[in-house]
Amino acid sequence: MDTNDLIRALAADTRQTTPSLSAMWWGVAVGAVALAGAVFLATLGPRPDLMAALETPRFLFKFVVTITLAASAFGLARVLSRPEERWRQVLSYLAATPALLALAAIIELVVLPSDIWAATIIGRNSMACLTYIPVIGIGPLAVFLLALRRGAPTRPALAGAAAGLFAGGIAATFYALQCTDDSPLFIATWYTIAIAGLALIGAGLAHRFARW
Amino acid sequence: MDGRHEADLARLLRAAKAGDERAYGAFLQLAASHVRAFARRKIVRGGIDPEDIVQETLLAIHLKRHTWRDDAPVMPWLIAIARYKLIDAFRRRGRRMEIDIEDIADSFPAPETVSIRTREIDRALATLAPGQRSVVAAVCVEGRSIRETGKSLGMSNAAVRVALHRGLAAIAKRFGRK
Repeated sequence: MDTNDLIRALAADTRQTTPSLSAMWWGVAVGAVALAGAVFLATLGPRPDLMAALETPRFLFKFVVTITLAASAFGLARVLSRPEERWRQVLSYLAATPALLALAAIIELVVLPSDIWAATIIGRNSMACLTYIPVIGIGPLAVFLLALRRGAPTRPALAGAAAGLFAGGIAATFYALQCTDDSPLFIATWYTIAIAGLALIGAGLAHRFARW
Repeated sequence: MDGRHEADLARLLRAAKAGDERAYGAFLQLAASHVRAFARRKIVRGGIDPEDIVQETLLAIHLKRHTWRDDAPVMPWLIAIARYKLIDAFRRRGRRMEIDIEDIADSFPAPETVSIRTREIDRALATLAPGQRSVVAAVCVEGRSIRETGKSLGMSNAAVRVALHRGLAAIAKRFGRK
């Protein structure tokens, strides 16, 4: 079959007009947040002392971290879903989250007496954290990977990792409403492990299924 | 990059998105000549036929055309897809190559070639289900319209369109894969 034959067939195949990728991404983000919220409410729900917690800086800081991560990872996944976009700069925005967290952890180490550092890092909810962040995040990750399949990522694994970070950021935001370990030391340890797990799953699945 | 080609590509692709089949055909011809020039320049050693890359890229452009932003230049998008497909082809053949991004700026159309030997696309076509294969073959090789194809195969126009679209998507998926 020569190229002109192929072009004839492609030109005849004008069956569907698909919605633009930009419109889809915002729909996907809303859907992913709604899904994560539904799973969170069905499994955990917010902690009973939520109103009191809202007045403590450590509790509020958790959301600064998780929402920063979700927003920067969303931007990266979106950019990576198009073949020609310049993604390196957007990739650098991801550094904001670890930078914030490192700064807060240093402050925490200064503020807390050294004999409770270990207990603060270990916390009381590490197993719950490692369980529920993936449980809440797996739905949003699936939605995001389907969106990547519709796109044309030239770096599927990296795009999948970004999708995993986004799903992890959303899941951690909801999980943080329930968790009573508010120290940045706890966040930097356990949230990081849980979210990195989702990023690895995302990279692996996208490498396999978002190729085109 | 040739500004006039860029403007032509954008105009034709916009018209194609609005449903103009002739504009889409013209867009694909122009895109093919750019991709052909790109592929010929990048494939310095044998083992890969540039025309296979052209065809695989055209299929990808077709199936991923919704990833082009109406306000973005067409050429970088086109070449990014071609490069992805070229790297994929090299990977399948177990080779490595370095791609010089600076080279992409000055692509130019090259004369067309017609070949009658077996291509990757024919191998992919052969793996389709018989129904899809006969529709794709009728439109591609025999050059029939959707309506003529429907009449000769005893199918509705809608069924022909579905079979054609699915057949092309399946070819794109199986391209170059054993």
